[in-house]
Amino acid sequence: MKTGQTDLPVLLPSRPPATPGEWGLSDASAVFGSRKVLAALVAFAVLSVAVAEAADANARPGILATVLKWTPLIATGFLFNLAVSVASMAVGTVAGVMLGLGQISIFRPVRGISWAATQFFRNSPWLVLLFFAMFLLPFEMKIGGVTVALPAWFKAIIGLALPVMANVAEIVRGGIRSIPVGQWESAESLAFTRFQTLWRIILPQAVKRMIPPWMNLYAILTMATTLISVVGIQDAMTLTRGALVAEARTDLYLPLYAMLLLLFFVYCYPIARLTQALERRFAVRI
Amino acid sequence: MGSMQAIADWFKWLAGAHGINVSIAYDAFDRARFLTGLSTTVWLSVACIVLSILVGLVGAWLQGARSPLVRAAVAGFVQFFRNTPPLVQLAFFYFAVSAALPMVTDQFGARVPLVNNVGWAVISFSLFAGAFNIEIFRSGIEAVPQATTEAAEALGYTRLQSYIYVVFPLAFRICLPALGNNLVNLVKTTTLAYAIGVPELLYAAAQVWSETFNVREMMVVLLLTYVAIVAVLVWFMQRWERRLRIPGYNA
Repeated sequence: MKTGQTDLPVLLPSRPPATPGEWGLSDASAVFGSRKVLAALVAFAVLSVAVAEAADANARPGILATVLKWTPLIATGFLFNLAVSVASMAVGTVAGVMLGLGQISIFRPVRGISWAATQFFRNSPWLVLLFFAMFLLPFEMKIGGVTVALPAWFKAIIGLALPVMANVAEIVRGGIRSIPVGQWESAESLAFTRFQTLWRIILPQAVKRMIPPWMNLYAILTMATTLISVVGIQDAMTLTRGALVAEARTDLYLPLYAMLLLLFFVYCYPIARLTQALERRFAVRI
Repeated sequence: MGSMQAIADWFKWLAGAHGINVSIAYDAFDRARFLTGLSTTVWLSVACIVLSILVGLVGAWLQGARSPLVRAAVAGFVQFFRNTPPLVQLAFFYFAVSAALPMVTDQFGARVPLVNNVGWAVISFSLFAGAFNIEIFRSGIEAVPQATTEAAEALGYTRLQSYIYVVFPLAFRICLPALGNNLVNLVKTTTLAYAIGVPELLYAAAQVWSETFNVREMMVVLLLTYVAIVAVLVWFMQRWERRLRIPGYNA
Protein backbone atom coordinates (compact mmCIF):
# COMPACT_ATOMS: atom_id res chain seq x y z
CA MET A 1 0.00 0.00 0.00
CA LYS A 2 1.21 3.47 -0.79
CA THR A 3 1.22 5.58 2.35
CA GLY A 4 1.19 8.82 0.40
CA GLN A 5 -2.35 8.40 -0.92
CA THR A 6 -4.38 8.15 2.24
CA ASP A 7 -5.87 10.70 4.52
CA LEU A 8 -6.21 8.31 7.42
CA PRO A 9 -3.75 9.70 9.95
CA VAL A 10 -2.88 6.24 11.22
CA LEU A 11 -1.53 5.23 7.85
CA LEU A 12 0.64 8.30 7.38
CA PRO A 13 4.29 8.02 8.31
CA SER A 14 4.89 9.60 11.70
CA ARG A 15 7.36 11.99 10.14
CA PRO A 16 8.70 12.53 6.64
CA PRO A 17 11.54 10.11 5.91
CA ALA A 18 14.87 11.71 6.70
CA THR A 19 17.18 12.29 3.78
CA PRO A 20 20.66 12.45 5.21
CA GLY A 21 22.80 14.73 3.03
CA GLU A 22 26.40 14.20 2.17
CA TRP A 23 28.46 14.94 5.32
CA GLY A 24 25.19 15.81 7.03
CA LEU A 25 25.79 19.34 5.85
CA SER A 26 23.16 19.75 3.16
CA ASP A 27 21.60 22.41 5.33
CA ALA A 28 23.61 25.59 4.89
CA SER A 29 22.64 26.72 8.36
CA ALA A 30 24.85 23.97 9.70
CA VAL A 31 27.80 26.06 8.60
CA PHE A 32 26.52 29.56 8.92
CA GLY A 33 24.73 28.96 12.13
CA SER A 34 21.47 29.90 13.66
CA ARG A 35 19.83 33.15 12.68
CA LYS A 36 19.91 34.15 16.34
CA VAL A 37 23.68 34.31 16.40
CA LEU A 38 23.77 36.24 13.14
CA ALA A 39 21.13 38.66 14.42
CA ALA A 40 23.07 39.24 17.64
CA LEU A 41 26.17 39.83 15.53
CA VAL A 42 24.57 42.40 13.27
CA ALA A 43 23.10 44.09 16.36
CA PHE A 44 26.60 44.33 17.84
CA ALA A 45 28.03 45.93 14.68
CA VAL A 46 25.17 48.38 14.32
CA LEU A 47 25.33 49.25 18.01
CA SER A 48 29.04 50.01 18.04
CA VAL A 49 28.71 52.24 14.98
CA ALA A 50 25.62 53.90 16.45
CA VAL A 51 27.30 54.60 19.80
CA ALA A 52 30.26 56.11 18.01
CA GLU A 53 28.04 58.07 15.63
CA ALA A 54 26.03 59.48 18.56
CA ALA A 55 29.20 60.57 20.32
CA ASP A 56 30.36 62.37 17.18
CA ALA A 57 28.88 65.86 17.50
CA ASN A 58 31.20 67.65 15.08
CA ALA A 59 30.68 67.56 11.34
CA ARG A 60 33.72 65.45 10.45
CA PRO A 61 33.71 62.70 7.84
CA GLY A 62 31.17 60.08 8.90
CA ILE A 63 32.20 57.15 11.03
CA LEU A 64 30.99 54.62 8.50
CA ALA A 65 32.82 56.31 5.63
CA THR A 66 36.06 56.38 7.62
CA VAL A 67 35.74 52.74 8.63
CA LEU A 68 35.11 51.78 5.00
CA LYS A 69 38.14 53.80 3.94
CA TRP A 70 40.44 51.74 6.17
CA THR A 71 38.76 48.38 5.55
CA PRO A 72 40.88 47.35 2.51
CA LEU A 73 44.14 48.02 4.38
CA ILE A 74 43.06 46.10 7.48
CA ALA A 75 41.73 43.28 5.30
CA THR A 76 45.18 43.01 3.68
CA GLY A 77 46.67 42.65 7.14
CA PHE A 78 44.07 40.03 7.92
CA LEU A 79 45.12 38.05 4.83
CA PHE A 80 48.67 38.11 6.20
CA ASN A 81 47.32 36.69 9.48
CA LEU A 82 45.65 33.91 7.51
CA ALA A 83 48.85 33.18 5.60
CA VAL A 84 50.76 32.91 8.89
CA SER A 85 48.06 30.64 10.32
CA VAL A 86 48.22 28.27 7.33
CA ALA A 87 52.03 28.11 7.42
CA SER A 88 52.15 27.54 11.19
CA MET A 89 49.47 24.90 10.96
CA ALA A 90 51.42 23.05 8.25
CA VAL A 91 54.69 23.12 10.19
CA GLY A 92 52.97 22.32 13.49
CA THR A 93 50.97 19.45 12.04
CA VAL A 94 53.97 17.71 10.51
CA ALA A 95 56.01 18.08 13.71
CA GLY A 96 53.03 17.20 15.89
CA VAL A 97 52.23 13.98 14.02
CA MET A 98 55.81 12.84 14.55
CA LEU A 99 55.67 13.80 18.23
CA GLY A 100 52.30 12.08 18.65
CA LEU A 101 53.55 8.88 17.05
CA GLY A 102 56.64 9.17 19.24
CA GLN A 103 54.37 9.02 22.28
CA ILE A 104 53.12 5.56 21.30
CA SER A 105 56.56 4.30 20.30
CA ILE A 106 57.70 0.96 21.69
CA PHE A 107 61.07 2.48 22.65
CA ARG A 108 60.82 3.86 26.16
CA PRO A 109 63.26 6.83 25.71
CA VAL A 110 61.44 8.04 22.56
CA ARG A 111 58.14 7.76 24.40
CA GLY A 112 59.45 9.64 27.42
CA ILE A 113 61.04 12.47 25.46
CA SER A 114 57.95 12.88 23.24
CA TRP A 115 55.71 12.97 26.29
CA ALA A 116 57.85 15.55 28.08
CA ALA A 117 58.11 17.79 24.99
CA THR A 118 54.36 17.61 24.44
CA GLN A 119 53.55 18.51 28.04
CA PHE A 120 56.08 21.32 28.10
CA PHE A 121 54.89 23.04 24.93
CA ARG A 122 51.23 22.39 25.65
CA ASN A 123 51.33 23.98 29.08
CA SER A 124 53.33 27.09 28.19
CA PRO A 125 51.52 30.26 27.15
CA TRP A 126 51.48 30.89 23.38
CA LEU A 127 52.79 34.40 23.78
CA VAL A 128 55.79 33.25 25.82
CA LEU A 129 56.62 30.59 23.20
CA LEU A 130 56.38 33.27 20.52
CA PHE A 131 58.83 35.46 22.46
CA PHE A 132 60.99 32.35 22.90
CA ALA A 133 61.21 31.82 19.13
CA MET A 134 61.60 35.50 18.28
CA PHE A 135 64.51 36.06 20.66
CA LEU A 136 66.30 32.76 20.69
CA LEU A 137 66.31 31.80 17.00
CA PRO A 138 69.30 33.39 15.27
CA PHE A 139 68.66 36.10 12.67
CA GLU A 140 70.62 34.12 10.13
CA MET A 141 71.77 30.54 9.73
CA LYS A 142 74.64 28.90 7.90
CA ILE A 143 73.49 25.85 5.98
CA GLY A 144 76.37 24.23 4.12
CA GLY A 145 78.27 27.48 3.62
CA VAL A 146 75.20 29.39 2.47
CA THR A 147 73.98 32.05 4.87
CA VAL A 148 70.21 32.06 5.06
CA ALA A 149 68.55 35.03 6.71
CA LEU A 150 65.69 34.19 9.08
CA PRO A 151 63.21 37.06 8.78
CA ALA A 152 60.94 37.95 11.70
CA TRP A 153 57.83 36.49 10.06
CA PHE A 154 59.59 33.16 9.66
CA LYS A 155 60.49 33.08 13.33
CA ALA A 156 56.91 34.01 14.21
CA ILE A 157 55.62 31.06 12.18
CA ILE A 158 57.95 28.74 14.09
CA GLY A 159 56.95 30.34 17.39
CA LEU A 160 53.27 29.73 16.72
CA ALA A 161 53.97 26.24 15.37
CA LEU A 162 55.47 25.11 18.71
CA PRO A 163 52.21 25.06 20.71
CA VAL A 164 50.36 23.77 17.61
CA MET A 165 52.83 20.89 17.43
CA ALA A 166 52.17 19.90 21.06
CA ASN A 167 48.41 20.11 20.62
CA VAL A 168 48.49 18.09 17.38
CA ALA A 169 50.59 15.49 19.21
CA GLU A 170 47.85 15.15 21.82
CA ILE A 171 45.17 14.90 19.12
CA VAL A 172 47.12 12.16 17.31
CA ARG A 173 47.75 10.23 20.51
CA GLY A 174 44.13 10.58 21.60
CA GLY A 175 42.84 9.53 18.17
CA ILE A 176 45.02 6.43 18.08
CA ARG A 177 44.11 5.51 21.66
CA SER A 178 40.40 5.82 20.86
CA ILE A 179 40.68 2.80 18.54
CA PRO A 180 39.86 -0.38 20.51
CA VAL A 181 42.78 -2.64 21.43
CA GLY A 182 40.99 -5.48 19.63
CA GLN A 183 41.95 -3.88 16.32
CA TRP A 184 45.65 -4.06 17.21
CA GLU A 185 45.30 -7.61 18.44
CA SER A 186 43.44 -8.92 15.39
CA ALA A 187 45.96 -7.22 13.10
CA GLU A 188 48.78 -8.89 15.00
CA SER A 189 47.09 -12.26 14.74
CA LEU A 190 46.87 -11.70 10.97
CA ALA A 191 50.66 -11.20 10.94
CA PHE A 192 50.65 -7.50 10.18
CA THR A 193 53.82 -5.75 11.31
CA ARG A 194 53.50 -2.87 13.75
CA PHE A 195 54.02 -0.33 10.97
CA GLN A 196 51.46 -2.04 8.72
CA THR A 197 48.93 -2.16 11.53
CA LEU A 198 49.38 1.52 12.22
CA TRP A 199 49.39 2.64 8.60
CA ARG A 200 46.68 0.38 7.17
CA ILE A 201 44.34 -0.30 10.07
CA ILE A 202 44.63 2.13 12.97
CA LEU A 203 45.38 5.46 11.29
CA PRO A 204 42.65 5.30 8.62
CA GLN A 205 40.09 4.90 11.40
CA ALA A 206 41.74 7.37 13.79
CA VAL A 207 42.14 10.18 11.25
CA LYS A 208 38.37 10.59 11.09
CA ARG A 209 38.28 11.34 14.78
CA MET A 210 41.30 13.61 14.65
CA ILE A 211 39.85 15.95 12.04
CA PRO A 212 37.31 17.84 14.21
CA PRO A 213 39.76 18.69 17.05
CA TRP A 214 42.39 19.52 14.43
CA MET A 215 40.04 22.04 12.82
CA ASN A 216 39.22 23.45 16.22
CA LEU A 217 42.94 23.90 16.82
CA TYR A 218 43.26 25.70 13.49
CA ALA A 219 40.57 28.19 14.53
CA ILE A 220 42.41 28.78 17.83
CA LEU A 221 45.67 29.28 15.94
CA THR A 222 44.07 31.77 13.54
CA MET A 223 42.93 33.81 16.52
CA ALA A 224 46.37 33.49 18.11
CA THR A 225 48.08 34.95 15.02
CA THR A 226 47.21 38.42 16.36
CA LEU A 227 49.92 37.79 18.97
CA ILE A 228 52.56 38.52 16.32
CA SER A 229 51.59 42.18 16.58
CA VAL A 230 52.90 42.13 20.18
CA VAL A 231 56.37 41.10 18.97
CA GLY A 232 56.40 43.79 16.31
CA ILE A 233 55.24 42.17 13.09
CA GLN A 234 52.77 44.10 10.98
CA ASP A 235 49.43 42.29 10.93
CA ALA A 236 45.75 43.26 11.00
CA MET A 237 46.03 44.34 14.63
CA THR A 238 49.05 46.58 13.99
CA LEU A 239 47.38 48.12 10.94
CA THR A 240 44.21 48.82 12.93
CA ARG A 241 46.26 50.61 15.55
CA GLY A 242 48.09 52.46 12.78
CA ALA A 243 44.82 53.58 11.23
CA LEU A 244 43.64 54.84 14.61
CA VAL A 245 46.86 56.79 15.14
CA ALA A 246 46.59 58.28 11.64
CA GLU A 247 43.01 59.42 12.20
CA ALA A 248 43.63 60.58 15.79
CA ARG A 249 39.92 60.38 16.63
CA THR A 250 38.77 58.62 19.78
CA ASP A 251 35.30 58.06 18.33
CA LEU A 252 36.82 55.63 15.78
CA TYR A 253 38.19 53.23 18.38
CA LEU A 254 34.95 51.37 18.94
CA PRO A 255 33.91 50.80 15.29
CA LEU A 256 37.40 49.94 13.99
CA TYR A 257 38.16 47.41 16.71
CA ALA A 258 34.63 46.02 16.30
CA MET A 259 35.33 45.57 12.60
CA LEU A 260 38.55 43.70 13.35
CA LEU A 261 36.66 41.43 15.75
CA LEU A 262 34.03 40.82 13.07
CA LEU A 263 36.68 39.94 10.47
CA PHE A 264 37.96 37.16 12.71
CA PHE A 265 34.46 36.10 13.68
CA VAL A 266 33.34 35.75 10.08
CA TYR A 267 36.32 33.49 9.40
CA CYS A 268 36.35 31.42 12.61
CA TYR A 269 32.66 30.93 13.27
CA PRO A 270 31.95 28.85 10.12
CA ILE A 271 34.95 26.68 11.01
CA ALA A 272 33.50 26.12 14.48
CA ARG A 273 30.11 25.16 13.01
CA LEU A 274 31.72 22.81 10.50
CA THR A 275 33.72 21.23 13.33
CA GLN A 276 30.53 20.60 15.30
CA ALA A 277 28.83 19.10 12.26
CA LEU A 278 31.78 16.79 11.59
CA GLU A 279 31.90 15.82 15.26
CA ARG A 280 28.29 14.71 15.09
CA ARG A 281 28.90 12.85 11.87
CA PHE A 282 32.02 11.06 13.09
CA ALA A 283 30.50 10.21 16.48
CA VAL A 284 31.80 6.84 17.72
CA ARG A 285 30.26 3.92 15.87
CA ILE A 286 32.24 0.81 16.62
CA MET B 1 69.32 31.96 55.44
CA GLY B 2 72.85 30.67 55.05
CA SER B 3 71.79 28.18 52.38
CA MET B 4 69.93 30.96 50.50
CA GLN B 5 73.17 32.92 50.48
CA ALA B 6 75.04 29.84 49.23
CA ILE B 7 72.56 29.41 46.36
CA ALA B 8 72.88 33.09 45.47
CA ASP B 9 76.68 32.80 45.54
CA TRP B 10 76.59 29.74 43.33
CA PHE B 11 74.44 31.52 40.71
CA LYS B 12 76.78 34.51 40.88
CA TRP B 13 79.71 32.16 40.23
CA LEU B 14 77.73 30.55 37.35
CA ALA B 15 77.20 33.96 35.76
CA GLY B 16 80.86 34.89 36.12
CA ALA B 17 82.43 31.60 35.12
CA HIS B 18 80.04 30.34 32.43
CA GLY B 19 78.01 33.38 31.43
CA ILE B 20 74.74 31.73 32.48
CA ASN B 21 73.20 34.75 34.14
CA VAL B 22 70.12 33.86 36.19
CA SER B 23 70.08 37.33 37.70
CA ILE B 24 66.88 36.81 39.70
CA ALA B 25 68.70 34.21 41.82
CA TYR B 26 71.28 36.65 43.27
CA ASP B 27 70.19 40.18 42.37
CA ALA B 28 67.66 41.44 44.94
CA PHE B 29 66.25 44.11 42.60
CA ASP B 30 65.63 41.71 39.70
CA ARG B 31 64.22 39.11 42.07
CA ALA B 32 61.80 41.61 43.62
CA ARG B 33 60.55 42.58 40.16
CA PHE B 34 60.14 38.97 39.12
CA LEU B 35 58.28 38.06 42.32
CA THR B 36 55.99 41.07 41.93
CA GLY B 37 55.23 39.87 38.41
CA LEU B 38 54.58 36.37 39.70
CA SER B 39 52.19 37.61 42.39
CA THR B 40 50.37 39.77 39.81
CA THR B 41 49.96 36.77 37.51
CA VAL B 42 48.67 34.60 40.37
CA TRP B 43 46.31 37.33 41.56
CA LEU B 44 45.09 38.02 38.02
CA SER B 45 44.54 34.30 37.39
CA VAL B 46 42.59 33.75 40.61
CA ALA B 47 40.38 36.80 40.03
CA CYS B 48 39.67 35.74 36.43
CA ILE B 49 39.00 32.11 37.43
CA VAL B 50 36.43 33.15 40.06
CA LEU B 51 34.73 35.70 37.80
CA SER B 52 34.72 33.43 34.74
CA ILE B 53 33.07 30.64 36.74
CA LEU B 54 30.43 33.15 37.87
CA VAL B 55 29.87 34.21 34.25
CA GLY B 56 29.58 30.55 33.32
CA LEU B 57 27.04 29.81 36.06
CA VAL B 58 24.82 32.77 35.29
CA GLY B 59 25.10 32.21 31.54
CA ALA B 60 24.28 28.51 31.75
CA TRP B 61 21.25 29.31 33.88
CA LEU B 62 20.06 32.02 31.49
CA GLN B 63 20.51 29.62 28.58
CA GLY B 64 17.68 27.53 30.02
CA ALA B 65 15.40 30.58 30.27
CA ARG B 66 11.93 30.58 28.73
CA SER B 67 12.39 33.84 26.82
CA PRO B 68 13.89 33.15 23.37
CA LEU B 69 15.38 36.65 23.41
CA VAL B 70 17.50 35.88 26.50
CA ARG B 71 18.60 32.57 25.01
CA ALA B 72 19.59 34.26 21.76
CA ALA B 73 21.56 36.91 23.63
CA VAL B 74 23.48 34.25 25.58
CA ALA B 75 24.14 32.23 22.40
CA GLY B 76 25.38 35.37 20.64
CA PHE B 77 27.65 36.23 23.56
CA VAL B 78 29.13 32.74 23.70
CA GLN B 79 29.76 32.47 19.96
CA PHE B 80 31.20 35.95 19.75
CA PHE B 81 33.72 35.51 22.55
CA ARG B 82 34.67 32.00 21.44
CA ASN B 83 35.34 32.95 17.84
CA THR B 84 37.29 36.19 18.13
CA PRO B 85 40.91 36.61 19.23
CA PRO B 86 41.28 37.33 22.96
CA LEU B 87 43.98 39.88 22.22
CA VAL B 88 41.62 41.90 20.02
CA GLN B 89 38.91 41.59 22.68
CA LEU B 90 41.36 42.99 25.21
CA ALA B 91 42.26 45.88 22.89
CA PHE B 92 38.57 46.44 22.18
CA PHE B 93 37.84 46.83 25.90
CA TYR B 94 40.98 48.69 26.90
CA PHE B 95 41.15 51.16 24.02
CA ALA B 96 37.64 51.36 22.58
CA VAL B 97 35.17 50.73 25.40
CA SER B 98 37.36 52.59 27.87
CA ALA B 99 37.40 55.66 25.59
CA ALA B 100 33.61 55.59 25.40
CA LEU B 101 33.26 55.57 29.21
CA PRO B 102 33.42 58.76 31.30
CA MET B 103 36.63 59.76 33.11
CA VAL B 104 36.73 60.04 36.89
CA THR B 105 38.89 62.04 39.29
CA ASP B 106 41.22 60.00 41.49
CA GLN B 107 42.35 60.87 45.03
CA PHE B 108 45.15 63.08 43.70
CA GLY B 109 42.76 65.10 41.56
CA ALA B 110 43.96 63.64 38.26
CA ARG B 111 41.53 62.63 35.52
CA VAL B 112 41.79 58.87 35.06
CA PRO B 113 39.72 56.32 33.14
CA LEU B 114 36.89 54.66 35.04
CA VAL B 115 38.57 51.24 34.78
CA ASN B 116 42.37 50.88 34.59
CA ASN B 117 44.37 48.39 32.52
CA VAL B 118 44.36 45.71 35.23
CA GLY B 119 40.59 46.08 35.56
CA TRP B 120 40.08 45.67 31.81
CA ALA B 121 42.35 42.64 31.76
CA VAL B 122 40.24 41.01 34.48
CA ILE B 123 36.96 41.90 32.74
CA SER B 124 38.14 40.85 29.28
CA PHE B 125 39.66 37.50 30.30
CA SER B 126 36.72 36.69 32.58
CA LEU B 127 34.26 37.21 29.75
CA PHE B 128 36.45 35.24 27.32
CA ALA B 129 36.87 32.24 29.63
CA GLY B 130 33.29 32.69 30.90
CA ALA B 131 31.94 32.14 27.38
CA PHE B 132 33.72 28.76 27.30
CA ASN B 133 32.50 28.00 30.82
CA ILE B 134 28.88 28.59 29.77
CA GLU B 135 29.23 25.93 27.08
CA ILE B 136 30.99 23.57 29.50
CA PHE B 137 28.33 23.97 32.21
CA ARG B 138 25.57 23.63 29.63
CA SER B 139 26.95 20.32 28.40
CA GLY B 140 27.20 19.20 32.02
CA ILE B 141 23.60 20.18 32.70
CA GLU B 142 22.48 18.35 29.56
CA ALA B 143 24.24 15.23 30.80
CA VAL B 144 22.12 15.14 33.98
CA PRO B 145 19.32 12.62 33.31
CA GLN B 146 15.95 14.19 32.55
CA ALA B 147 14.32 11.97 35.18
CA THR B 148 16.33 13.70 37.91
CA THR B 149 14.94 17.10 36.94
CA GLU B 150 11.45 15.67 36.67
CA ALA B 151 11.76 14.10 40.11
CA ALA B 152 12.81 17.47 41.55
CA GLU B 153 9.84 19.11 39.83
CA ALA B 154 7.50 16.45 41.22
CA LEU B 155 8.80 17.24 44.70
CA GLY B 156 7.73 20.85 44.22
CA TYR B 157 11.11 22.48 43.49
CA THR B 158 10.98 25.67 41.44
CA ARG B 159 13.27 25.92 38.40
CA LEU B 160 15.88 27.89 40.37
CA GLN B 161 15.71 25.53 43.35
CA SER B 162 16.06 22.40 41.25
CA TYR B 163 18.98 24.07 39.44
CA ILE B 164 20.76 24.96 42.68
CA TYR B 165 20.07 21.86 44.77
CA VAL B 166 19.71 19.05 42.24
CA VAL B 167 20.90 19.69 38.70
CA PHE B 168 23.94 21.84 39.27
CA PRO B 169 25.70 19.73 41.93
CA LEU B 170 25.53 16.77 39.55
CA ALA B 171 26.37 18.76 36.41
CA PHE B 172 29.38 20.39 38.09
CA ARG B 173 30.95 17.03 38.82
CA ILE B 174 30.42 15.93 35.23
CA CYS B 175 32.08 18.99 33.75
CA LEU B 176 35.01 19.41 36.16
CA PRO B 177 37.62 17.91 33.76
CA ALA B 178 36.55 20.23 30.92
CA LEU B 179 36.46 23.15 33.35
CA GLY B 180 40.00 22.33 34.45
CA ASN B 181 41.22 22.45 30.84
CA ASN B 182 39.59 25.81 30.29
CA LEU B 183 41.04 27.28 33.48
CA VAL B 184 44.52 26.15 32.42
CA ASN B 185 43.90 27.98 29.17
CA LEU B 186 42.77 31.04 31.10
CA VAL B 187 45.99 31.12 33.12
CA LYS B 188 47.96 30.97 29.87
CA THR B 189 45.79 33.74 28.40
CA THR B 190 46.71 36.13 31.24
CA THR B 191 50.06 36.67 29.47
CA LEU B 192 48.18 38.78 26.91
CA ALA B 193 47.83 41.47 29.60
CA TYR B 194 51.45 42.24 28.69
CA ALA B 195 50.08 43.99 25.59
CA ILE B 196 48.30 46.63 27.68
CA GLY B 197 51.12 47.05 30.17
CA VAL B 198 49.83 45.06 33.13
CA PRO B 199 52.97 44.24 35.16
CA GLU B 200 52.47 40.46 35.19
CA LEU B 201 55.07 37.72 34.92
CA LEU B 202 55.91 38.11 31.21
CA TYR B 203 56.12 41.89 31.59
CA ALA B 204 58.40 41.59 34.62
CA ALA B 205 60.61 39.06 32.83
CA ALA B 206 60.84 41.35 29.79
CA GLN B 207 61.92 44.20 32.08
CA VAL B 208 64.62 42.04 33.60
CA TRP B 209 66.00 40.74 30.31
CA SER B 210 65.99 44.12 28.61
CA GLU B 211 68.18 45.55 31.38
CA THR B 212 70.33 42.57 32.33
CA PHE B 213 70.61 41.17 28.76
CA ASN B 214 69.88 37.60 29.84
CA VAL B 215 67.02 36.73 27.47
CA ARG B 216 68.04 33.07 27.20
CA GLU B 217 68.12 32.42 30.95
CA MET B 218 65.00 34.45 31.75
CA MET B 219 63.09 32.73 28.95
CA VAL B 220 63.83 29.32 30.46
CA VAL B 221 62.91 30.56 33.96
CA LEU B 222 59.71 32.08 32.57
CA LEU B 223 58.62 28.92 30.75
CA LEU B 224 59.39 26.74 33.76
CA THR B 225 57.46 29.12 36.03
CA TYR B 226 54.39 28.93 33.82
CA VAL B 227 54.61 25.16 33.58
CA ALA B 228 54.84 25.09 37.41
CA ILE B 229 51.78 27.37 37.82
CA VAL B 230 49.79 25.19 35.43
CA ALA B 231 50.96 22.05 37.26
CA VAL B 232 49.72 23.47 40.57
CA LEU B 233 46.36 24.29 39.03
CA VAL B 234 46.03 20.83 37.45
CA TRP B 235 46.95 19.20 40.77
CA PHE B 236 44.38 21.29 42.58
CA MET B 237 41.65 20.48 40.04
CA GLN B 238 42.37 16.76 40.28
CA ARG B 239 42.19 16.90 44.07
CA TRP B 240 38.91 18.77 43.85
CA GLU B 241 37.55 16.19 41.44
CA ARG B 242 38.42 13.37 43.84
CA ARG B 243 36.99 15.27 46.80
CA LEU B 244 33.67 15.84 45.04
CA ARG B 245 33.32 12.33 43.67
CA ILE B 246 30.08 10.60 44.66
CA PRO B 247 30.84 6.89 45.13
CA GLY B 248 28.89 4.81 42.65
CA TYR B 249 27.60 7.76 40.65
CA ASN B 250 28.80 8.03 37.08
CA ALA B 251 31.76 5.82 37.96
